[in-house]
Amino acid sequence: MSALRPSRRQLTRSLGVVLATFALPSLSAFGQAPGNVPFSLRNNRKLEGWIRLEADETVTVFTGKAELGQGILTALAQIAAEELDVGFDKIRMVSADTSRGPDEQYTFGSQSVEQGGGAVRAAGAEVRGRLLAAAARRFGVPTEQLQVRNGTIVAADGRRASFWELANEGAGLLKGDIALATAPKKPGDYAIVGKSVHRIDLPGKLTGAPSYVQDIRLPGMVFARVVRPPRYGAKLVAFDEAAVRARPGVVAVVSDGNFLAVAAGREEQAIAARDALAASARWSDDAVELPDMASLRPELKKLRAETIVVGTAGQSEPAPGEARRLSAEYSRAYLSHAAIGPSCAVAWLKDGHMTVWSHTQGAFPLRGDLAKVLSLQTGEVDVVHMSGAGCYGHNGADDVALDAVLVARAVPGVPVKLQWMRDDEFAWAPFGPAMAMKVEAALGSDGRIVDWSYDVWSNSHAMRPGQAGGVNLLAAWDLKTPFVKSPAPHIPQPFGDGDRNAVPSYELPRKEIRYHLLLDTPVRNGSFRTLGSHGNIFAIESFMDELAQAAGSDSLAFRLAHLRDPRAKAVLQAAADRAGWTPGKEGDGQRGRGLAFCRYKSIGMYAAVAVDVDVDRKTGVIKVPRVVIAADLGLVVNPDGAKNQLEGGIVQAVSLALKEQVAFDRRQITSRDWSGYSVLTFPEVPSIDIVLMQRSDPSLGAGEGSLPPTSAALANAFAHATGRRLRELPMTPERVKASLS
Amino acid sequence: MSYWITVNGESHEVTAAPETPLLYVLRNDLGLNGPKFGCGLGQCGACAASVGGKLTRTCSIALRDVGNDPIITLEGLGTLQRPHPLQKAFIDEQAAQCGYCSNGMIMAAKTLLDRNSKPSDEEIRGALADQLCRCGSHNRIVSAVRRAAMEPVR
Repeated sequence: MSALRPSRRQLTRSLGVVLATFALPSLSAFGQAPGNVPFSLRNNRKLEGWIRLEADETVTVFTGKAELGQGILTALAQIAAEELDVGFDKIRMVSADTSRGPDEQYTFGSQSVEQGGGAVRAAGAEVRGRLLAAAARRFGVPTEQLQVRNGTIVAADGRRASFWELANEGAGLLKGDIALATAPKKPGDYAIVGKSVHRIDLPGKLTGAPSYVQDIRLPGMVFARVVRPPRYGAKLVAFDEAAVRARPGVVAVVSDGNFLAVAAGREEQAIAARDALAASARWSDDAVELPDMASLRPELKKLRAETIVVGTAGQSEPAPGEARRLSAEYSRAYLSHAAIGPSCAVAWLKDGHMTVWSHTQGAFPLRGDLAKVLSLQTGEVDVVHMSGAGCYGHNGADDVALDAVLVARAVPGVPVKLQWMRDDEFAWAPFGPAMAMKVEAALGSDGRIVDWSYDVWSNSHAMRPGQAGGVNLLAAWDLKTPFVKSPAPHIPQPFGDGDRNAVPSYELPRKEIRYHLLLDTPVRNGSFRTLGSHGNIFAIESFMDELAQAAGSDSLAFRLAHLRDPRAKAVLQAAADRAGWTPGKEGDGQRGRGLAFCRYKSIGMYAAVAVDVDVDRKTGVIKVPRVVIAADLGLVVNPDGAKNQLEGGIVQAVSLALKEQVAFDRRQITSRDWSGYSVLTFPEVPSIDIVLMQRSDPSLGAGEGSLPPTSAALANAFAHATGRRLRELPMTPERVKASLS
Repeated sequence: MSYWITVNGESHEVTAAPETPLLYVLRNDLGLNGPKFGCGLGQCGACAASVGGKLTRTCSIALRDVGNDPIITLEGLGTLQRPHPLQKAFIDEQAAQCGYCSNGMIMAAKTLLDRNSKPSDEEIRGALADQLCRCGSHNRIVSAVRRAAMEPVR
């Protein structure tokens, strides 16, 4: 190989797309950084903060990104091995850890390969560049005459030096700011990136090696459980502390305002003590009035809202008069993360320093909020990421971390493991917000859309910890001296939160898109995989089919006619080809096929999905035998890992579309175990056929983009099969039967 | 109360209340990580182990009811160095995302293959119908069980 000094333009291009930052106050400092620096590098410029060569001839790579089951540590290890030219087996990954890793804020938004990967790529190229320069000085030859082979630099005359030798020689060689002076490799030269590599964390997880936060065992550790109020708003009036303290194994009963918890020497003792504590607790009758879950669409629209126009075009021209106008309204229910393992954390207050092991998506933001609640300096708290059960967004991980910390504070020196029970998780973790959507459009005489008007009503999907103006942690609101929630932020387009993907990717000469950000929050909300994209794409893609039908056009042809981006057209065509799309083919009352398209976040991955359904008209059960997806992810780091993510999104989307809704009466959440919140099971999971487009464009995250078009295509398939349209998710058997009667 | 239980071929004396769910004994007294707490209600299958040859939800069986039935957990199948064909098949198929449900999947597949060495896909799906997975790894899990069933010796 040869070392290159790239031009600024080359560098910008090779580092990939730099995304705009979210308008979260804590991120605003990044706004000053030069545009060609990967987001993740901007506040973490020290090379030794990313990559260190170890004495045992391995390489430690630090990332602020967290392994959530998406395989990110494996993909980042591939990128590091590639840029460094060392064996993949030499790479040791260290996940988000405030005591020693870079601050990359959150692991979310399908940005870890794009941003975290961009940073590791730049750091890897820098290490390699500096080692090459050192070897060139040692051998007295220009770097162009040196080659790198598996961690060893070889000169033309056969002299050689390993990376580790060179690093030992020059103290400070791999220290200091990343200068971005070495261009990363060109995708055409990749040897490891682009290959399907097995996940580095799976063998341990599949054989019972300690892998999860739940598996942490520390000397003298006690087990804790929380007792939450029976409903939002209820206040703790009394409880029998003495009786619970007297129970076997109980070491502490912790109460502060409405926060109530118990710790015991054995886990089953803590659980029994929790039951006793809950039974003895009396709560006030206070309640937050919840919406009527049977009519979410009108209920959401009744809440106070701030209206934001998030997309507009052609409004200076009057709406065409003679055009044919159509409108329709849609909704989706509140959704639960429903991870298989309830949230868990281990906290240990030792010599005035609080260490927390957590499956949070944002170790650094969580640390800040924990310090606030504890009145400690940020440096007196550390958060270390450990895997938890599946993470599909802002679940209970952060909340349970504070719960554990509050108990740990009461038993200084004693490590505390606190896991939520199943009902804690289902009733108290933040939900994906319910959404209401209204679309109105006009068709010109040529069958093209000439006007588009869109409204979406939703609570904020961005209520994570680490935001200004409050503390977004459940127990913090319950303390005797409570903290307030941070005001709901609106993430601007093209990302959006409730309005994510509310602005269609289609060519629309005249359009206005309004986001009614709901200010009343009867039900606790947070970020669930794809944020508002799931609801918005369901509405937009359903309505595109309704428009196509009104225009007498085929669903595929109608979409293609309204798209200009060749990559968008290519995935639609590829999915249709693989599925065997037959224009004009009618459903037979039972079987049908639907199509949908989404470019995730308007600037992310492209996906087109074709779904087949088989409707049992008697029982109202919709079966999904087959799903086809064509996805354009740009350059794919780990094709099998990417496919795994696409598959997961598809299965989850079928589950969301057919089954999932958080249940509540007017006073409390009633879906508190798996009998009240069902997810797709083995016999119901469709076969999945994936077409990965071969591209070398910058990588686009694969974690979310398959989900929105799958739910939408499923709705279109039902309409195709039966001639009836369901505009509310989930499409339960009751709704199916009602629509067919 | 003291009880003797046989786990992965070894006898252990454990001291816990008779009603203690086996899960906490396995995890906390014996330090096993395979069985996971998922719901504590016998609904999800994350805590599954083989007790007396039967697939058992260890969150829902009391220590006093285990008796002399030998218990096999995920750790009893294979190790990192020498994985069981099912564990190897799960790795080969990359049949997990978060992996939290994998214990139950592998244990349920083990008891299936013990009674039916060449199951059809439909039989595999049926045997796993009550094991919940949230990441959407179902099809890979079915492929992994099929692959393990094709191994000559198990």
